[in-house]
Amino acid sequence: MTTTLALAAPAAAPLLAALLALVLPWRTAAVVGVAAAVTILAGGVILATRVTGEPAVRGLVRADALTTWMLIVIGAVATLATASAIAYLRPESAVERRRYLVLTQLFLGCMSMAVLADNLGLLWVAIEATTIVTAFLVGHRRTRESVEAAWKYVVLCSVGVAIAFLGTVCIYAASVAAGGSGATALNWSYLTGHTAGLDPALVRLATGLILLGFGTKAGLAPMHAWLPDAHSQAPAPVSALMSGVLLSVAFYAILRYKAITDAVIGPAYTRILLIIGALASLAVAAILLIAQRDYKRMLAYSSIEHMGLIALGAAFGVQLAMAAVLLHVLGHGLAKSVAFCASGRILTTTGSPAIAAVRGMAARHPSLAATFGVSAVALLGLPPFSLFASELGIARGGFAAGHGWIVAVAFTLMLIAFAAIARHVLGMLLGPPTPPAFPPEEGGGPRPDGTSGKGGAASLGVLAAGLAVAALLGVWLGPLADLLDTAAAIATGGR
Amino acid sequence: MSDQFSEQLLNLFCGLFLLTAVGVLWRREVSALITLLTAQGLMLTGIAVVLATRHRSAEAFAIALGIGLLKAGVVPWMLRRVRRQVPAARETRPLVNVSASLIAAAGLTLVAYAAAKPLVALAPSASAHATPVGIAVVLLGFFLAATRQRAISQIIGVLLIDNGVAAVAFLATGGVPLIVELGVSADLALAVLVLQILTSRLHQAFGPTDLDELRELRD
Repeated sequence: MTTTLALAAPAAAPLLAALLALVLPWRTAAVVGVAAAVTILAGGVILATRVTGEPAVRGLVRADALTTWMLIVIGAVATLATASAIAYLRPESAVERRRYLVLTQLFLGCMSMAVLADNLGLLWVAIEATTIVTAFLVGHRRTRESVEAAWKYVVLCSVGVAIAFLGTVCIYAASVAAGGSGATALNWSYLTGHTAGLDPALVRLATGLILLGFGTKAGLAPMHAWLPDAHSQAPAPVSALMSGVLLSVAFYAILRYKAITDAVIGPAYTRILLIIGALASLAVAAILLIAQRDYKRMLAYSSIEHMGLIALGAAFGVQLAMAAVLLHVLGHGLAKSVAFCASGRILTTTGSPAIAAVRGMAARHPSLAATFGVSAVALLGLPPFSLFASELGIARGGFAAGHGWIVAVAFTLMLIAFAAIARHVLGMLLGPPTPPAFPPEEGGGPRPDGTSGKGGAASLGVLAAGLAVAALLGVWLGPLADLLDTAAAIATGGR
Repeated sequence: MSDQFSEQLLNLFCGLFLLTAVGVLWRREVSALITLLTAQGLMLTGIAVVLATRHRSAEAFAIALGIGLLKAGVVPWMLRRVRRQVPAARETRPLVNVSASLIAAAGLTLVAYAAAKPLVALAPSASAHATPVGIAVVLLGFFLAATRQRAISQIIGVLLIDNGVAAVAFLATGGVPLIVELGVSADLALAVLVLQILTSRLHQAFGPTDLDELRELRD
């Protein structure tokens, strides 16, 4: 009974909250939204205690350790993002608030459905639906920039995800030819149990299409062109969700397919493609971070960098690297969402998205500067944050799998990105305070309530708690350690 | 329906399906493009109906009916609305001219036959032998989306890709499961709606310009 409830709640709660947001006053609706996010987290935790041995299956919905790990990531990041949305929404108009609250909840529901779906076709449907519901969130501000970003986002991601659907069709054709029938033939649990009959040539074709398609949505270079635009134009809490979890949910789809294709055609083909994507992403991020002028774009390129690292760990494919990948997904989700939420506050406080226009934050807005600075430290992979542990794990996994050279190249590129981000962030926090060189943008001028006020302080508190969790996970995994091990075993070996 | 007749019908529909995609590359008038896309939707419906007759399955007939309504009814209707919102919608200067586009289309069709080998090899049936047609339409969709400048041309490119994938699904497997098909169709309808609204916002923000002029965001 509890299991059924925990399986239904992560998708049902946000959908219910979206309906309620249509009728309730916005403040109440925003609080209901936070409650829905916490429900996703709670659903993940409850399922985690129940699926360590046998996965829980109810019809089209299935939860194993990998699913619950992803639910915990979605829930944790969503809690941060929905809580800090309250302060973000205060200056917006009534219509915009309502649209924002409805769409973000639908977005959360789609992501929960994506990770809970056993059927690979439904996984695709849920991921494509995230593009649709986030389109208007990206284009929220209706400026030329944000309309342009929304257009690129929808066209590129729709095309990308359509390629992934072609891959899904190929897997279905292989499964039907091998004796599967109906919707069952596309179930991940069925496919991993019946890999022997699948046609290798067709699975190889599908692998390429899936990696290209979901890789677009996961922001891997060279299919990343939409990402910096969309992530920099979306409202900060939405950027936090897109960067912190949506990319990882798309990558989760790749992991699910990888478990099937590895069993049919061996891991070599997928490994090569993933390594190419990973190194390309790291290179693109490192190069474009050096001369970056916009701090939200800087965070977006940092996401490409981290997705590259995650793809690299998945390419190595050994248990150690895979566990590090999953830990990195959680650590990056927490740190990046805090960084984006804090950057949104910086934008409302200073009125400019330019790095050069933000100087001496530490003196003027100490608590905001501390939150942003610490989240940047976490993203740079410094201890005690969990990203340090997971980056180390990915590197060790790479050496264990015999890819020392690739690790060396990857970490050289990361060092460049590290130096670039550190320089930009230090300038923003400690540089000499200058009078704002850029005139405040239309409609986005400095707002006195940027960091002051009850709501502002409370939401900074939530962000600080998120960072504390990321730091705690770096030194002590506690009860999550078993779950992480099981989830990594599923991602490496199928069952 | 005898087997031979249904096979001929299937081949006819597949041929016209590919031909309409090539026609989209050939014509520039947006109203002609929408008509061609409607015809393509009808051909896809035809393919679905022939296969449903062959399998004698009520579910497959329901899917075929739904596909027909969506691809030959709802989607063209939404595209006509876009056209009304954004007048003077004629592709003025594609990056690749029409004759070069048609040569590229021939090349892409050959590529599709090479790429679809594993799908053709899977089953000896006539329908599986036609799957390269679907892949070819996907590739033509890419080509269109990449080389055309108008927003509506890019939408049509996305729709061609989608039609191509749907054709592959029908020809290779007799159609994806009903529950997946429902989700996919809902996604497609909503995606076109989103693109329609974004087109009018683009028009408001940038005026009647080419997408080439979208240069606000760059590094």
